[in-house]
Amino acid sequence: MEDLSLHILDIAENCITAKAGRIEIKIDEDTGSNLLTVEISDNGKGMDEELLKNACDPFYTTRTTRRVGLGIPLLAQAARESNGDISVKSKTGEGTSIKASFQYDHIDRKPLGDIGQTMIILIMSNPDIDFIFKHNRNTREYLLDTAEIKKDLDGIPINTPDVIKIIKNDISEWLNNTGSVIE
Amino acid sequence: MAKLTIADLKKIKEKQHATFTLREGGYRAKVTVHMGTCGIAAGARNIMTTLMDEISRANVEDVITTTSGCAGFCAREPMATVEIVNKAPVKYGNLTSDKISEIFREHVMGGNPVEKYALVVGSETTY
Repeated sequence: MEDLSLHILDIAENCITAKAGRIEIKIDEDTGSNLLTVEISDNGKGMDEELLKNACDPFYTTRTTRRVGLGIPLLAQAARESNGDISVKSKTGEGTSIKASFQYDHIDRKPLGDIGQTMIILIMSNPDIDFIFKHNRNTREYLLDTAEIKKDLDGIPINTPDVIKIIKNDISEWLNNTGSVIE
Repeated sequence: MAKLTIADLKKIKEKQHATFTLREGGYRAKVTVHMGTCGIAAGARNIMTTLMDEISRANVEDVITTTSGCAGFCAREPMATVEIVNKAPVKYGNLTSDKISEIFREHVMGGNPVEKYALVVGSETTY
């Protein structure tokens, strides 16, 4: 994985597999405390204690198509390489939350990457799931809540090309206007 | 946050109504891009973005895209499955942006599977 936005896409795919109806992606870039945190939480089926214990073990996977599962271990590695860490919380029937932290200015900290592309693909491919995307860059905040947009849409699918275009422009405007947080 | 104006909404609704009548709510083709950890690490996100660009450029409303997990053939990622309604699905492997563009033109739009990139014909269907 080249950047954090790919890790986020990967973890969010796990949420989809867990039959989540709502997925929240929160990115917090705080240069004051030199910390970047990424939190992905869902209301999917959750993990029992046994599964939770093994979630960070690359040789443990629930799937039957292959014998290794690298999604969470790769994110954990990315976090630890940049003086950060990962925590996974989950409860059967309630959902899962994964939080990874990174030292913001660590030389090995992966760049955030194209988070807009990740969000658009998730929204486009999963119109029935509500996505909440929160992105803080120091004091500036961005919020995208597809449940709110759906209310305005009045039954029109959210993955209608014209709607996707509006969302895409909105995210890129935010990303372009804030630019890099390093001042 | 993205806020839809009344004008936006009205325009989208009118257009949506027109296309719905046209396709009667169905779709003709579905392209699934495999987005397991292996797929994403191999570049599946760019494949999906290229595909979405091709669809919007061709201005077609009856082709849908979705994602799925690992198909157990990680060495051949990025992979995608093209399903044309009433035809056997075709799985493609080792994709690049150029290859998926060609597959979109030849297979999705033209109806002829691109054999040189195909891994397998007639496995899973999702419809």
